[in-house]
Amino acid sequence: MAVAQVLNSEWTKIKSVRSTVWTLTMAFVFTVGLGFLISLLSKDQFSKMNARELQFIDPTLTSFAGTGLGQLAMIVFGVLVVGNEYSTGMIRTSLAAVPRRGAFLFSKIGIATLLAFAVALVTSFVTFFVGQAALGRFKASIGDPGVLRAVFGGALYMTLIAVFAMGVATILRSPMLSLGILMPIFFLIAPILGGVEATRKIAQYLPDQAGTKVMQVVTPENDVAPYGPWGGFGIMVAWAALAVLCGWLVLKNRDA
Amino acid sequence: MIEAVGLTKRYGAKTAVYNLSFQVRPGTVTGFLGPNGSGKSTTMRMILGLDRPTAGHVTIGGHAFRDLPNAPRQVGALLDAKAVHGGRSARNHLLSLAQLSGIPASRVDEVLGVVGLQDVAKNRSKGFSLGMGQRLGIAAALLGDPQVLLFDEPVNGLDPEGILWVRNLMKMLASEGRTVFVSSHLMSEMALTAEHLIVIGRGQLLADMSVKDFIAANSAGFARVRTPQTDAAQREKLSAVLTEAGGQVLPEQDGALRVTGLALPRISDLAHEADVRLWELSPHQASLEEAYMRMTQTAVDYRSTDDQLAGFAAQQGPGALLPDAAAPVPQPVPQQGWYAPPPPQPGVPHPGVPGSGPVPADQNPYAQPVQAPVQEAAPTPPSLSKSDDTTPEDAR
Repeated sequence: MAVAQVLNSEWTKIKSVRSTVWTLTMAFVFTVGLGFLISLLSKDQFSKMNARELQFIDPTLTSFAGTGLGQLAMIVFGVLVVGNEYSTGMIRTSLAAVPRRGAFLFSKIGIATLLAFAVALVTSFVTFFVGQAALGRFKASIGDPGVLRAVFGGALYMTLIAVFAMGVATILRSPMLSLGILMPIFFLIAPILGGVEATRKIAQYLPDQAGTKVMQVVTPENDVAPYGPWGGFGIMVAWAALAVLCGWLVLKNRDA
Repeated sequence: MIEAVGLTKRYGAKTAVYNLSFQVRPGTVTGFLGPNGSGKSTTMRMILGLDRPTAGHVTIGGHAFRDLPNAPRQVGALLDAKAVHGGRSARNHLLSLAQLSGIPASRVDEVLGVVGLQDVAKNRSKGFSLGMGQRLGIAAALLGDPQVLLFDEPVNGLDPEGILWVRNLMKMLASEGRTVFVSSHLMSEMALTAEHLIVIGRGQLLADMSVKDFIAANSAGFARVRTPQTDAAQREKLSAVLTEAGGQVLPEQDGALRVTGLALPRISDLAHEADVRLWELSPHQASLEEAYMRMTQTAVDYRSTDDQLAGFAAQQGPGALLPDAAAPVPQPVPQQGWYAPPPPQPGVPHPGVPGSGPVPADQNPYAQPVQAPVQEAAPTPPSLSKSDDTTPEDAR
């Protein structure tokens, strides 16, 4: 069985359910919309800052402020792509047709990742330009050093969040359980731990906290992170890879 | 050809399937029978490589399922009618399965026509009834035009027309030389569809024989004898005489006697010698369903000795684990169930019914797999069946 056939089949599956369209649209709308609003508000705030504070403003990162909400839609997308196979029982039909479970899982994750990346790339560029337009005279240009990397990084960040969610859903084999664990972690626990001085040293190695670094252009004043933009991104890649690897081991060894 | 050798599956402390060995041959419909929870689906899942056997192995055409090249073109399976994404249309569901093995989209429309779903092909399967779901599952199994087909309870939820259609479809597929393996918990259905039967209970093999042999071995008959209702003494007298002559006599509710172990002419002679008048002496045939239920019931009894369900089974009575079983038949037996011989009673050996009577668990013929003991232990009273021209209930 050629991998191309499995990829083809997974593409048919992913485009024939409404949740795909809904979750990816939400990811776009939340990221762009919230980024625009926060950029508008930040413009007023920036105009009250003194020269020393203005050294540390990061217009690129500001326009990506909506990512925190948009990533939740990406998590739902990733969880549903994998988790629906389990919640509907479709997994048994699928595995009866694709006895090679590795081919099945990696084709599914591969197709979903490509789709997520395509949407995230569009989202990222639209977010940047909309955000910069809202920032007025504080805006960054796409040609400025590090900015293009940050915009691409924003797309990669969103994509990897989805991949991480797919890995977790494969391990837990239930969409409800996966969402129940992932949502609080990314919406509450990680931001809280990252915001508190005492726990930041640990929290900075969490996937979203580390991955956000790739969207930074200007290093903040009190930055303590021992890694740069790509270093932080690398940590996130490691998390996603670990989740998918564990998911593959679970799928390979457990009864369907 | 499907071949299982010593197949065993344990989930923690629970043994779902134990030391199951059988062959499913091409060209016939093989029925896979057992009550709910007897391990049919687990066995099916092991055949399809979804569950890994704890011990033993099962192969299809000599290969383990996971090693089959292009499996969907060789094996088609309906496991669970509900195992589809409800948000996906019937056609897209089949299309995604077809693309896995390079089956053209035109084949999808073909099988949709075969199962009669062409008009709802674009509808999301969420709104499908169980019967429509079964048809969709059958369509998925037929997609790759496979030589080996597995169907897990395919007639569940189908209307009579659909049941007839499935029955004919199975027979047609088998007549084309394919291997067709169909599970069911309904003996009556299998008696009409299958040529060969594999019966399991509590995960163990109870019988592996042709339907013809199964009927011959298991459909026990009995005679109904009625004495004048005005004279209870005559009834007592006849009862004593028949028992003395080696028959088993059970009273029925309306005063008739149910006699097994004696041929009809012999009963007549005995009554004549005892000077008892008869108002009725009629032959009756046990249903296959009853024979099957008693067989699987015995397996439950056997298993309950080394299972934590022991207390549960004792409280509920043997029939409680069989959802189709009515409440245990009270004594005297009601006349309405004329085709149903009484369930095995402790201390009352019941000829023609294997495993009935006081069989200690360690001597239970079903403790050892395979059919030999079933056939040996089941002599049908010859004269009784000879004189019986009523058709068995299941062969209508």
